[in-house]
Amino acid sequence: MVSTGSTDERDLYAGTSDTHEGKVFTVTGQDWDSITQGLEDDVEERIVVNMGPQHPSTHGVLRLILELEGETVTEARCGIGYLHTGIEKNMEYRSWVQGVTFCTRMDYLAPFFNEATYVLGVEKLLGIEDGDDGVPEKAQVMRVLLMELNRISSHLVAIATGGMEIGALTVMTIGFRERELVLDLFELITGLRMNHAFIRPGGVSQDLPPGALDEIRSFIALMKKRLPEYADLCNANPIFKGRLEGVGHLDLAGCLALGLTGPVLRSTGYPWDLRKTQPYSGYETYDFDVQTWDTCDSYGRFRVRLAEMWESLRIVEQAADRLANLEGAPIMVADKKIAWPSQLAIGSDGMGNSLDHIRHIMGESMEALIHHFKLVTEGFRVPPGQAYVPIESPRGELGAHVVSDGGTRPFRAHFRDPSFANLQATSVMAEGGMVADVIVAIASIDPVMGGVDR
Amino acid sequence: MSPDNTQDPSNDPKLPARTGGVESIGVRRGMFGVSGSGDTSGYGGLVKQTVFPSAGQRPYGGWFDEVADALEARLRSTDLVAAVEKVVIDRGEITFHVRRDDLPFVAQMFRDDEALRFELCSGVSGVHYPGDAGRELHAVYHLLSMTYNRRVRLEVSVADADPHIPSIVSIYPTNDWHERETYDMFGIVFDGHPALTRILMPDDWPGHPQRKDYPLGGIPVEYKGGTIPPPDQRRSYS
Repeated sequence: MVSTGSTDERDLYAGTSDTHEGKVFTVTGQDWDSITQGLEDDVEERIVVNMGPQHPSTHGVLRLILELEGETVTEARCGIGYLHTGIEKNMEYRSWVQGVTFCTRMDYLAPFFNEATYVLGVEKLLGIEDGDDGVPEKAQVMRVLLMELNRISSHLVAIATGGMEIGALTVMTIGFRERELVLDLFELITGLRMNHAFIRPGGVSQDLPPGALDEIRSFIALMKKRLPEYADLCNANPIFKGRLEGVGHLDLAGCLALGLTGPVLRSTGYPWDLRKTQPYSGYETYDFDVQTWDTCDSYGRFRVRLAEMWESLRIVEQAADRLANLEGAPIMVADKKIAWPSQLAIGSDGMGNSLDHIRHIMGESMEALIHHFKLVTEGFRVPPGQAYVPIESPRGELGAHVVSDGGTRPFRAHFRDPSFANLQATSVMAEGGMVADVIVAIASIDPVMGGVDR
Repeated sequence: MSPDNTQDPSNDPKLPARTGGVESIGVRRGMFGVSGSGDTSGYGGLVKQTVFPSAGQRPYGGWFDEVADALEARLRSTDLVAAVEKVVIDRGEITFHVRRDDLPFVAQMFRDDEALRFELCSGVSGVHYPGDAGRELHAVYHLLSMTYNRRVRLEVSVADADPHIPSIVSIYPTNDWHERETYDMFGIVFDGHPALTRILMPDDWPGHPQRKDYPLGGIPVEYKGGTIPPPDQRRSYS
């Protein structure tokens, strides 16, 4: 049914309206025929397509507003905010330790990095980053181990969903198959597959469970067999290269102007990696290389991610070796005014409190009970000031600007999420290209909307 | 082309933890967050000064002096020495408090000066200090120099009644979304921004949610006959 604008003939799915810019058709689906018939000769063909926020290829709830000329994108805009949950505001109403529980949910593919950057900021405010009364070595090694495992799982999802969006479903299935292995390791070590809240100010919340190192070693051995599959499947695949090469071009100057970091920046050939240039958590003591590519395009970013998984595997291997020598070492700062008073013990039902600790505070020491109560309900106070300790997340520079007023809760915690900054490059990467390439360009940025919207 | 790895900015032992004293930016009252809760312990009457690190003294130490010297030399040549209100050194980080009107000029210099070369801006973060009279709203910019592998922080403070700060999107285009977010959450108006609209909250949202006077919201939760008030109305330590 061609809509003429009169009320009785109005098409439910393709209404028109006259605006000061001329006749505007609003199309919501399945009626392209009526629209093309309805377009009169004098109508200027200018199509604005709304893509998302529920479109499966927009990486979550990203809304794209594309202006098209034929199949060429002339203007691309992003609409974000659909996943905004007020995490930063909520953190101002919880203790410093509880803050970890909130920020781990931001970039849900890289929970350990969210925790780590926040915790490093808090530790800087507390003045316990390193040294003898600082975060113990084993906690640092465990953080590095978990972050690098997390980098592998995050890059796997980036490659898997990126493959799915261009129709390479096998890449998706094998990507998620391997990610599952990493999540199993997370479950073994932290008890949870996502949203771990495992890295705490002062260290980590639990010691490595028995048998974890064996599992990690067998994972490394398996990944060494399976990672080459991605290279075999994609690296020289003519369809894959045809879709990715030259798409989403952004050079070094563009990256710096728009604030892009991570694999996008390294795909321009610039070896900027905070783990090397501004090391934290002891990264300077690990042997690994910064991976770059020099094509500035989506294919380069794919290759950088693939190569970075190998590097992460190297770091995981070294961290596992160190942990083997650190059995029984402390995982939490020695200061009892910061360290959580108890360790969880696993009961017959698979979870539970430490019975020893309960006996101690309930039956043996009134002071221990008071201390437990104060630390758990009130939390510790953090000296006033501000800190910003950025880390290299799988997507780039992730930093937490934490401000304390001397209280028991964060006065302000702001996260500079790399997805948020990187997504600004959408217009630059997509405009002038084809509609289908928009998907590839965005997939190469690898935005996670939980991190963008926070 | 490869970045200089010899200077680690954060853990450099040559950099001082702090030079200078402290200054008050407000007070914290009470012990338990809420007032009028029938607290008879006496702790509800506590008044504590919130003290932040104040202006540091020369020499700042390490590369802090190089950056400050380069900045001062340029400012003197343009007769704008007062553009930097104070320099705070705290926890191995350097913060330049910049006068509002001079922010674009200072930012441009930080980006372009050969001795500074801060190529990347990590965005702007707003902070609301209701107790800091006349300077309630702070905009905090983190700049990164990849050439020299250094980080500095710029801080601009404005009054709640006049929340205008010049935009630096023309200097650091990455700040486009960051400034929109800070406007959305704090109501700081970035003059000269190409399209300063809300970004995370809906367009017609009233108020600016991350200001301290904006309530967290939430509803009381009932469980087994008891009622727990929303987090911002609970009795909690402050």
